[in-house]
Amino acid sequence: MPVRIKIPTALRQFAADTSELDSTATTVSEALAQLTDAHHELRTQLYRNGNELRNFINVYLNDEDIRHLQGLDSAVKDGDVVTIVPSIAGGQ
Amino acid sequence: MINLLTEHVEAIHGHGEHDYPHECCGLLLGKFLGDGDKSVSEIYPISNAREEEHKRNRFLIRPEELLRGERYAREKELEIVGFYHSHPDCEAKPSSYDLEHAWPTYSYIIVSVRERFAAEMRSWELEADRSRFNQEEILELAGKIDPTELLF
Repeated sequence: MPVRIKIPTALRQFAADTSELDSTATTVSEALAQLTDAHHELRTQLYRNGNELRNFINVYLNDEDIRHLQGLDSAVKDGDVVTIVPSIAGGQ
Repeated sequence: MINLLTEHVEAIHGHGEHDYPHECCGLLLGKFLGDGDKSVSEIYPISNAREEEHKRNRFLIRPEELLRGERYAREKELEIVGFYHSHPDCEAKPSSYDLEHAWPTYSYIIVSVRERFAAEMRSWELEADRSRFNQEEILELAGKIDPTELLF
């Protein structure tokens, strides 16, 4: 059972309208790399300055924010779910 | 275009007035209809997660709240089609801060709340290249929802 990456609604237009991608990655970083290799346009939406995740992009490994794990280096195994979650913010 | 029931409009107004002078926020749950149109089936109020001193002019929906809303929507075979928030004593137009933090595809409904009373409400969509917001038509349909479903 592969690692499943879930793509939020807002970013599906940059991913050929798909909502998920199965990956053979062993870390979150690899999983996101496989995702952006498959859908190049996603790269500018997810990262800035090369490999730095944008402030308002959150990545969850199963139900845990990767910031509370080992960040992009967090290990993933078969059956894990990596979910990209945008923060929603604004104001006058 | 985004269509919603009169009662959804009233719920957003009510949330904005309830949280005044702070900004309120919440999810719009419904369906994407194709051609960018959306239909709202339910309003999902969320507590503004910004620090107390910033709530007058900022809102934040934490990712875990968004995930909870997504799960709730999925159980009802709905999707998050957008977000709403209030601008206390300010017009219902997106700010540069709104632009900086918005996402394409979704609708962003803003309600102006002036001296505690909801005033104009407008909906906006982000241009795909993130350069600007475009105003979106709101189609208000007559209809009722159960007020006990509103959690704010």
